Amino acid sequence: MTKNISIPALARVEGEGALYIRTKDNKIEHIELNIYEPPRFFEGFLQGRYFQEVPDITARICGICPVAYQMSSAKALEDAFGVEISPDVYNLRRLLYCAEFIESHVLHMYMLQAPDLLGVDSVIEIAAIAPDVVKKALRSKKLGNDLLKAIGGRSVHPVSTKVGGFYRWPDKDKIKGLIEDFKWGLEFAKETARWAVGLDFPDFEMEYEYVAVSHPDHYAIYDGDVLSSTGNKVPVEEYETRYLESHVPQSTALHSHTTQGNSYFVGPLARYNLNFEQLRPTAMEIAKEIGFVPPEFNPYKGLLARAIETIEVYDVAIELMEAYDPQGPPYAKFDLKDGEGYGVSEAPRGLLYHRYKVGKDGLIKEAKITPPTAQNYAQMEADLAKLAPKVLFDRSHKEASVALEHLLRSYDPCISCSTHFLKLKHDRV
Amino acid sequence: MSKPRVAVHKFSSCDGCQLGILNLEDELLDLVGIIEIAYFLEATSKIQPGPYDIALVEGSVSTPHEKKRIQEIREESGVLIAFGACATSGGIQSLRNFVDHTKLAEAVYDHPEYLDYLEKATPISDHVKVDLEIHGCPVNKYQILEAIIALLQQRTPNFPTHSVCLDCKRNGTVCVMVTQGIPCVGPVTRAGCGAICPANGRGCYGCFGPAPQAEFDAMIPLLQAAEEYPNQTVHLLRNFAGYAPAFRNAVDAMLEESPKK
Repeated sequence: MTKNISIPALARVEGEGALYIRTKDNKIEHIELNIYEPPRFFEGFLQGRYFQEVPDITARICGICPVAYQMSSAKALEDAFGVEISPDVYNLRRLLYCAEFIESHVLHMYMLQAPDLLGVDSVIEIAAIAPDVVKKALRSKKLGNDLLKAIGGRSVHPVSTKVGGFYRWPDKDKIKGLIEDFKWGLEFAKETARWAVGLDFPDFEMEYEYVAVSHPDHYAIYDGDVLSSTGNKVPVEEYETRYLESHVPQSTALHSHTTQGNSYFVGPLARYNLNFEQLRPTAMEIAKEIGFVPPEFNPYKGLLARAIETIEVYDVAIELMEAYDPQGPPYAKFDLKDGEGYGVSEAPRGLLYHRYKVGKDGLIKEAKITPPTAQNYAQMEADLAKLAPKVLFDRSHKEASVALEHLLRSYDPCISCSTHFLKLKHDRV
Repeated sequence: MSKPRVAVHKFSSCDGCQLGILNLEDELLDLVGIIEIAYFLEATSKIQPGPYDIALVEGSVSTPHEKKRIQEIREESGVLIAFGACATSGGIQSLRNFVDHTKLAEAVYDHPEYLDYLEKATPISDHVKVDLEIHGCPVNKYQILEAIIALLQQRTPNFPTHSVCLDCKRNGTVCVMVTQGIPCVGPVTRAGCGAICPANGRGCYGCFGPAPQAEFDAMIPLLQAAEEYPNQTVHLLRNFAGYAPAFRNAVDAMLEESPKK
């Protein structure tokens, strides 16, 4: 009647966590996703720092998506000071973001989630079966990193972003020198999507409220309003009037929900469902060819959304690189003043919101950061509650934990941003 | 000879340094040909029990659980490598060591009482014997590779001990401090990043920590004279490697001289 299940580790995610499930007479009594990544207090020690330090400091929240933190924070502070960035800065930021999407998406598709779909433990085992595919994936991932390096000096915690723009324009030859390789990358991204659609995705669906940044002119990553699949759309400064965070005992991550108390879903699948029509012709053609079109409610198929998005960002990146010819200063000059500012953008794993209060001395008075994983937290728990009864009782402990872990991995949780590693404890009482 | 068994462990950190291993795209498949990845949660769900020949440890010790876990890891590891600024000096989260941590907790969380953490976030070497340190926030991925290869070849890894300044000269980067008056802590910061900040038109912000023979007495007055906002020198040094003794002491000395700042 009683049963204890313990999965010692959630692998291939970023951060540390545990899953506790208590069942009685083959019914779920209690389910709790427990993130025990140590609290790191970023919002606390940002207080009193100089505004220009913020993009460098917030980058350290996440080693896999530092650019997202740099973009949302720089935008929020530009909003606070009333700074307009130049069109060339805008385009270079979009290009920098494309680079991070390529690096992060290819990492997640091939190194973190694909092993689950192929029934192996790691990309190293995939390499033993299909070395050529893995070599190509590594090359594609490296191209993302190469572009990050060309723009930001290095791929992890790049150094070129500042409030107002960039410290300097990246070297034109370095950017142009990557174009031919990126054309290869675009073709490989198409190959990936055609391969990925044939993978055996688990059969599982939920009715999600999707939330993502949406822009009138393009498939949004860098900027836009906050759109929900309910139809609700709010500008960034009203984000906190509709999306709330609360602190629950079992976790150092704050949990988000809508003001109606509902869980919601952010990430590639949310963006795909909400902004699909804005995909450019290249990505749209492949999406239709493989038959992956919204509405789509299977969280495991976030991988396919990543695959199509990878085509999109390669395509956008090539256009921006070909057009790259920056004019004028790389950053705007502006005066400091007391203010409050808001910034939102799409990290590879979902919407990332920042808000700052800053003084005319340039020092931060208050910081508020809502990372994607905190927003998905309640939804991940709800998904687990639905999946658990299907897998806990008629499968071995190992099979059950693999199924539950795979579900969480499909969210690409960045647990260190909220707070990598999951322990499933199953008590049967 | 069997392949050496390598474990990668994470403590309080951003994952950026262990990502450095996955970012060795050109070398990764060869690397796993000469070492066995026995434990590396970010990369594989295959978990093999210790003991391990080499343990790479990312992150700082900041919770009671971590304090216990690092002892266990030390016991089951041959060579223990602390890699990254968090592991070698406490990292960004050790900024809390300088302030009242309860206020920080209150600023971030509604219920600080739910949290279980140590007052200070500290480097691995404060807790166990560390055999090798790789510096940087983030580390240079090629230094991870160099460390592993050097261990296999039974030699000392070749890591630079000079300051960032020298790399600017080698790169032909014109000094941002001398020519533009931009405060730069490159003269007191360990090389290894490639001197990328000055190459990008900004001052070094010290993310590789103090250079072994840094001359703070000579540099600090120059930095203070170039400040773009009050206390910029304190901010530059009290950051990603702010808890490293040389940076910590330099800032403490500055604050003692002008307690109001």
